[in-house]
Amino acid sequence: MKALKVIYTIWFREYKTFMREKGRIVAMIGQPLLYLLILGKGITAGMSLKGSSDVDYLRFMYPGIIGMSILFTSIFSSISIIWDREFGFLKEVLVAPVPRWAVAVGKCFGGATIAMIQSVILIVMAPLVGISLSVLMIVELLILSFLISFAVTSLGVIIASRMQSMQSFQMVMNFLVMPLYFLSGAMFPMSSAPTWMKPLMMADPLTYGVDALRNVVFSETMIVVAGNVQQPLVEVARTAGLIRWSLSFDVAVMTASAMLLAVAGAWVFSKSN
Amino acid sequence: MPEIIRVESLVKKFGEFTAVAGIDFNIEAGEIFGFLGPNGAGKTTTIKILATLLKPTSGKATLAGYDVLTHPNEVRQSIGMVFQDQSLDDRLTAEENLWFHAMLYDVPNSVFTERMEQVLKLVDLGDRRSSLVRTFSGGMKRRLEIARGLLHHPRVLFLDEPTLGLDPQTRNAIWHHVRRLRDEVGTTVFMTTHYMDEAENCDHIAIIDHGKIQAVDTPAALKRMIGGDKVIVGGVGSDADLEKDLAAKYNVEVQKVDSEFHFQMQSGAEFVPRVVSDFSGRVRSIQIKQPSLEDVFLRLTGHAIRQQEGSAIDAMRQGVQLWRSGGRR
Repeated sequence: MKALKVIYTIWFREYKTFMREKGRIVAMIGQPLLYLLILGKGITAGMSLKGSSDVDYLRFMYPGIIGMSILFTSIFSSISIIWDREFGFLKEVLVAPVPRWAVAVGKCFGGATIAMIQSVILIVMAPLVGISLSVLMIVELLILSFLISFAVTSLGVIIASRMQSMQSFQMVMNFLVMPLYFLSGAMFPMSSAPTWMKPLMMADPLTYGVDALRNVVFSETMIVVAGNVQQPLVEVARTAGLIRWSLSFDVAVMTASAMLLAVAGAWVFSKSN
Repeated sequence: MPEIIRVESLVKKFGEFTAVAGIDFNIEAGEIFGFLGPNGAGKTTTIKILATLLKPTSGKATLAGYDVLTHPNEVRQSIGMVFQDQSLDDRLTAEENLWFHAMLYDVPNSVFTERMEQVLKLVDLGDRRSSLVRTFSGGMKRRLEIARGLLHHPRVLFLDEPTLGLDPQTRNAIWHHVRRLRDEVGTTVFMTTHYMDEAENCDHIAIIDHGKIQAVDTPAALKRMIGGDKVIVGGVGSDADLEKDLAAKYNVEVQKVDSEFHFQMQSGAEFVPRVVSDFSGRVRSIQIKQPSLEDVFLRLTGHAIRQQEGSAIDAMRQGVQLWRSGGRR
């Protein structure tokens, strides 16, 4: 009971302070627009996907951009533990008579909530890239966003608990966040990746998140393929190897990763000072 | 008065460095107890051990009857903490910071509003409850932290250098609040300071240097240790015999400093008329100086307290270092 109250309190603070930071909200809208409109449109105009010319690059990339935004938003949320440490607020929490694991879990829920807000912003942009939406799909996307973000925030909590200053944040970005993103299949499909890279991609939990997002995002869109036949995008993508696993498999892997990372995060945080 | 804090042969080492070198003291409920010593003397480390933020290397500490090692949660519930460097979320309002604290300390919703009004009134911040903490001055933040530390009605309030980096007016105001707190609420206050003049406000003072307690007593008793007031007599003209005559008459050791004569004497003020009548016509001036805690500190440790006006940043750096070394255990 006490633990629930703590989780709620920590979550509420994350949410409240997020809503007060207008700059973060602007970045949340601006960054995906930048990726979709400039990078996505630019690449689409210049090249097509190897062996799957029916799926244009922008559509392929859109679920990846959702994955990327969730990744960045979640890491940023969990890294706030370091801010709290530098600005002293963490001490107020650490000296309180509360179980520390609950504080960590509260952080994870906070990060996941903010990532869901990020996803809503991206879902609104779907028509820009030629993706059809349905209510069910939006609900599924939100659940997936929560799951992915919970896993990533937990990972961030593990790192932030061991990190003493904001200076090392750049290192985390370069050696953890960017590789996680590049290897997730968000930018290029695993099917056309070099052989040596494939095991790395399989080991990246975000790969399954992005695969799950593709399963859902492509489910409502029909495209015209050779011979003027209308086909669901999800089928075309699966045949072309752009979607590798079933949604239920992806969700199972993501859930397992999220649970494992959350337990590890709570444990590391409660051991930290 | 019952004891609320008991510390026995407490030791804390950070690697090779001994921050606290075996200290013992007791604090009675309802008193203002001060830890006086220079930066790095072991004050903050002791507070952190009592607040269960650091584990002692050896020794024992109990607070409100709970051992800090075996019952950390009970200890945490019994204390309020005001850290050396601020620990508020400045993106939240004063009220939200208090709400956050109330939630973590299980203050029921039904009494929260009333308690909040109470503590905010105590530190004169009632009209600023809806302002973001970001807009507060250093003194206001410190007062809000004191209010927050009291919200859950702790048995002991820890104030670690509560007036560091604040202007004299704010320092006085904070002391006013601390005394009011002791008188009206009966909270035990444990504070650290390196300002001598502030330590005078405490009921008992422990003088700490290099991790060791040199003396524990009331400020008055500590000053009595010095052996009375300092009497400074100025002679008329160049009275070469005055030094000798003073020493012979009162059986004291007289020191000539510039053109004046210094010596120690119990209750110096009552001594003035005697000097005037005994040395009528030979004395131009008499000054009586009461010994200060500065003198006590000098006597006990052999060196003056380093009167550095530690800036808030310095204090934070020091805090961060201790914090880090704690994390590396």
